[in-house]
Amino acid sequence: MVNNVVREILAHHKNGNLISILKEVQDNRIDLSKDVMMDIAKSVGVSFSDVYEIASFYSFLSTEPIGKNVIRICKSIPCFMKSCDVVIKAIEKELGIKPGEITADKKFSFHLTNCIGACDIAPAMMINKKRYGNLTPGKIAQILDEYK
Amino acid sequence: MPEKRVVLKNCGIVNPISLESYIENDGFKALENAIKMTPTDVIEEIKRSGLRGRGGAGFPTGIKWEMTNKSVSDEKYVICNADEGEVGTFKDRYMIENDPFSLIEGVTIACYAVGAKKAYIYLRAEYNFLIGVLQNAIDQSSEYLKKADVEIEIFEGAGAYICGEESALIESIEGKRGEVRYRPPFPPTEGLWKKPTVIDNVETLMNIPRIMTESADWFSNMGTDRSKGTKVFSICGDVEKVGVYELVMGSPLRELVEGLAQAKDVKMVQIGGASGRIVPYENIDTPLSFETVLGAGGVMVFNSTRDVIEIVRMNAEFFEEESCGKCFPCREGTKRTLEIVTRFAEHRAKPRDIKALEDLSETMMLSSLCGLGQAAPNSLMDTLKYYLSEYEMRIR
Repeated sequence: MVNNVVREILAHHKNGNLISILKEVQDNRIDLSKDVMMDIAKSVGVSFSDVYEIASFYSFLSTEPIGKNVIRICKSIPCFMKSCDVVIKAIEKELGIKPGEITADKKFSFHLTNCIGACDIAPAMMINKKRYGNLTPGKIAQILDEYK
Repeated sequence: MPEKRVVLKNCGIVNPISLESYIENDGFKALENAIKMTPTDVIEEIKRSGLRGRGGAGFPTGIKWEMTNKSVSDEKYVICNADEGEVGTFKDRYMIENDPFSLIEGVTIACYAVGAKKAYIYLRAEYNFLIGVLQNAIDQSSEYLKKADVEIEIFEGAGAYICGEESALIESIEGKRGEVRYRPPFPPTEGLWKKPTVIDNVETLMNIPRIMTESADWFSNMGTDRSKGTKVFSICGDVEKVGVYELVMGSPLRELVEGLAQAKDVKMVQIGGASGRIVPYENIDTPLSFETVLGAGGVMVFNSTRDVIEIVRMNAEFFEEESCGKCFPCREGTKRTLEIVTRFAEHRAKPRDIKALEDLSETMMLSSLCGLGQAAPNSLMDTLKYYLSEYEMRIR
């Protein structure tokens, strides 16, 4: 059975662009599970592997369950030079999960990412579509509180 | 040579959400000038200016436009590459944030010149917070877009460094995996949906309104023999003043690093992100130009406390993660490079590892399908040249 939300999204993506479809489905808090990808494949008229190969390729799409809030912290050289490692540790401690994991209440998932082009405010991260820069371990609890 | 703001002239001056403010600062004058000319004459002007692509490859923009203009087709496209993903690069982001109208005007003139009615701005997913300011600029410019019969759509990427490569980017707009295409055919003959396509970097397109307001001669008076105009750089790392600066082509690297960004105790500089060249401090007076070293404009500065091998290891890790996996030399080469460089980082390299890295790098440079694999070994090869002893002392 195709989920109603997925059906609506498919209806207004008549050109069948899988990247846009998958992003919107995920933005609507629906995980890209095997069943959901099967449904999308059937509706668009492609094979499951056509959908899976896109969902597994792009870093903003995930074939694993993701949290209500997605934290992406930059680990590239400019942020590394500004000690992103201690900020990463602070997030691990605050949430009790490691990078790549999701909290038990599904409120947060936490990922290390390559350069997000925020090097002028390094170390930096994104939570959903919002950027945070000049991070220190001391700022983490307060920032995450906004999303709890 | 001090900073010269040509492409950045509106940044900090024009209100990025107000068309009125843009118009007050000569906005859309270039488009008005262009549509009074024939498309061929516009292309001729861009060719005469000597403008070359600012995304790193440096292909002459006018020639790209001419090839697309001459391709016979019922549909053509212009794509703005705003997938700025090179590590340490944020100048396109800065320009979109501060002067989105100049970009819209540049895209519109490109469409007029090549005969495209539709343009896409491919915005990297990490910059999705810019959609508001960019869409607002498109909406407010509707009257001008109509005059040139052009429609502009933003396509949001989904997170993949490789999509900054033009053929992978095109695949991505088509809704596919961002894997590079075999070329030829090149985009001007067969690009988006197999139609002739111009694909230019944000900064390249933002040069267009300047050239079409002033003149090709004015533009080509700046710079060196084969690098005309200015270049916008973002600089970060061990510097006092992180930021975005614009210099006339041919300016010495020292001006940017020690002058504008006020770096001290510099050990080396990487120019052009993870795939960029390494310049040791003894070469700090190297001029910045296509003839010497340039890349897309991201500059990272490292002081004497930094470990060269760790920097190379992080670059290797980046490419291992970002290789699209289509061609063998890059898919396997990035993986093996990371393995070997990690042995150096952990002080357990074998005597044959230096030769192995050289062989691997040469193979990748010669046989990878696209720029990713071809340029991935740059920092490795450069540091083997300038800092060989740092490798040798980690062999056991």
